Formats: sequence, C-alpha cells, structure tokens
Amino acid sequence: MIYLWAFLIGGAICVIGQLMFDVGKLTPAHTMATLVVIGAVVDGLGWYEPMIKFAGAGVTVPITSFGNSLVHGALTELHDTGWIGVISGIFKVTSAGISAAIIFSFLAALVVRPKG
Amino acid sequence: MQRGKQTWWFENRPVIVGTATVVGPDEGEGPLAADFDLIHPELDMQQKSWEKAERLLLEQASDLALKNASMTKEQLEFFVGGDLMNQIISNTFAARTLGVPYLGVFGACSTSMESLAIASLIVNSGAGKSVLAGTCSHNCTAEKQFRYPTEYGSQKPPTAQYTITGAGAAVVAPAGIGPVVECATIGRIVDLGITDPFNMGAAMAPAAVDTIQMHLTDTGRSPGDYDLIVTGDLATVGHGIAADLLKRNGVPMEQTQFKDCGLMIYDVDKQKVQAGGSGCACSAVVTYGHLLKRVQSGELKRILVVATGALLSPLSFQQGETIPCIAHAVSIEQSGVYA
Repeated sequence: MIYLWAFLIGGAICVIGQLMFDVGKLTPAHTMATLVVIGAVVDGLGWYEPMIKFAGAGVTVPITSFGNSLVHGALTELHDTGWIGVISGIFKVTSAGISAAIIFSFLAALVVRPKG
Repeated sequence: MQRGKQTWWFENRPVIVGTATVVGPDEGEGPLAADFDLIHPELDMQQKSWEKAERLLLEQASDLALKNASMTKEQLEFFVGGDLMNQIISNTFAARTLGVPYLGVFGACSTSMESLAIASLIVNSGAGKSVLAGTCSHNCTAEKQFRYPTEYGSQKPPTAQYTITGAGAAVVAPAGIGPVVECATIGRIVDLGITDPFNMGAAMAPAAVDTIQMHLTDTGRSPGDYDLIVTGDLATVGHGIAADLLKRNGVPMEQTQFKDCGLMIYDVDKQKVQAGGSGCACSAVVTYGHLLKRVQSGELKRILVVATGALLSPLSFQQGETIPCIAHAVSIEQSGVYA
C-alpha cells in the first residue's frame, strides 16, 4: 500500500512543481527554491515526519525533502545541544547529499568541459 | 525613393548577385536541406565554444556568397550584419576577418531583412557598389544567452521555438544576374504586452501584421501582387495569430500564399523543435537558400519577406519587461519580369 501512496503523493508534489513552472511561469530555480521552503515550513509545523511514515519515498525523494532535512537537523540539534544547535544542525542530516553534490561535480569537472 | 511613410523604393533596382547559406545538423535533416550550400554534421563544428562555431558559420557563408557572386574579398566594399549575441560579436569578429568597412545592426531575428534593406539602400543610392548583408545564429549560443545553459536541460513549453543553427549572406550590387530588391518597408516597434520569452511568435505576430499592412498601404498594392508573403519566424502559434489578425483587419491574404520560414525549415511534426524555428538565421537561410532559388528560376515572380524580431534582452525579461517586437519587409522579384 505504501508504494501506491508513494506514487500518488510523490506525483502530486511533482504536479505542483510542474504547475508552478507552466502556469505560474516561475523559473526552474524559483520553482525549486519555493518547494524547498515549503518542505521546511511543513516540517517546522511537524507534518513532514507523519507524511514520510505514510508515503515513504514519495515525500523523501522530491526536493521538498531537502527543506524538511534542513529544519529537521536544526530542530534535533536544538533539542540535543541548545540554541547553537540551530546553526550547527542545519547541515547535519543534509551533509551526505551536499557532500555528494560537491564530490561528483568535482569529478565530472575533471573529465568534461561544459560549453554552457 | 521614399514611398508612403515607411517604404524605401529602390528605383535603380539593386541586384542580389550571390547568396550563400550554411546550416547545422537539424536544419540539414529538414525539408529544405537540398537548398543549402553547406551542412555541418555537428553542432560544435570542431570549435572550442558555441560562439566560435556561430562565427565560423557566418565566415563560411560570407566566403561562399562572394564566391557565388564571382567576387573577391578585395572587391567587396561594405559589410552590413548583425546577430543575437550581446554586442553582436559574431558579426564583429567575422567583419574582422573580412576586413571591409562594417555597419553592425541589431534587429534580433529581423536582422536578415534589416541588413538586406540597408545594403540595398547603399547600392541604390550609389554609396557603394558591392555590399554584403549577413546574419547568423546558433541554437546553443541563443539557449545559453536567453534561456539556460545547454547542459542544464531545462524543460520547454510547446509554444517555445527552436533557434536555428546557420548563417545566410547575400551580396548586393548595382547590376548583374540575380533577383532584384525592389523595395523595403522598415518596421516600427510593436509591443502588446507579452512577457513570456517562451512564446515569442505570439509577441512578434502583431509587428508582422503592422509591417505587412503598412507595406501594402505605402505601395498601394494588395497581397495578390506577391506570389508569396513569408514571415520570418512566427512558427505555429505566431503565424496563426498573424493570419487571424490580417483576416480581422480585412487584408485579403487568400490572394497569395502566406507562409513562415520557421515552419518551412523543419518538419515540425517529426523534428523536436516545439512550435518551429526561430533565430536570425531562420529567415536568412530560408530566403537566401530556398526562396531566392525559386525566384531565380521563375517559380516565384515576386515575394515579400517579412522578417520578425523580438527585441528583448536577458536582463529586460528577467526584470519583467514586456517584449518589444519589430518586422522589416523586403520585396524581391525576378529580374526583368517587372520593370
């Protein structure tokens, strides 16, 4: 059943992004940033975790999950270490994704030259 | 000389004594492939940057146009050209190679007819005896400058147009063998408030209509005086709008064929070009490669090429400005048919 919900909820998030792109005429960068902020706000309200339990990868794969991870890391660290944790925790959960982006970009830049 | 409000009448009948067209792989797979002088199989043309590739296209087209006109570089007196790049660098660098007096013009995709009109004016007035009009565009340079880097792979709506990779050049002289440039109507800016750079055809259609109507008023002609009236790069969406507007304004376009270079260069149903072709080279390669051969052979006696341009900059549309548009029309006819 979770596969069905993952498909439906994940698909619904992508439909929202596509509508922002096509109907709202937002640029790809604006669309992505807006979805990240929405994910952050939803997690701030405490609704993202229940959604993950309900739809699994349907909400962890779309970009909204990045906003969720940023806020989630900050809140967890706030709870564990105090106010300074809001700063230090932001990249705790997301560090794997960000590091991977840097490392793979670097490796790609060694072998190919973009023409833009 | 001046006829009506916006039209230049060339009573000395300048002649297009040589033309050349060079295109990229997608255009080489299109229905007009047989009419182009040179087809590059690769988009990069073994150049280090897209900009260098675009420049190469224009240099090759200029060289071939001179060759087709049986003329040497030394005999060429003036060069008039423009392109879509910031500071029209493709033409400037090609002009550096040519080494002749140069006038850079910017009319976005209307540059083909803008430069041909100016070249014809120079020859008609006796200010020069051999003038080259040229323009070029490259799909990847245009994508990079006006949209997103090509590697980014951003989605496009079906109203978007596909910038043509190619260059077209024409040599205009007071006499010789070739089609005659009869007159030109210089367009004015028309801006009906469209802000979407992925729907340029719709933005440019009213400018094309304005120029066509002004041309017919200035010359006292009707569409039936032309075997073909062709717009530059309105593509599916824009050409439909232009046809509707002309009908609504009571212009009897059914007297002639009304086509669009952006729809002629590609097989729009089969090739992945969204609404059709666009770019400076669009009207240039279709006119200089395909249409003028038909004029020369007598298949078409007289044509009106209405090259359309969207005069936006990447900065202006990012700041939410609307797209100012223009269209320049040039009437070209078979020599000796109408005198």
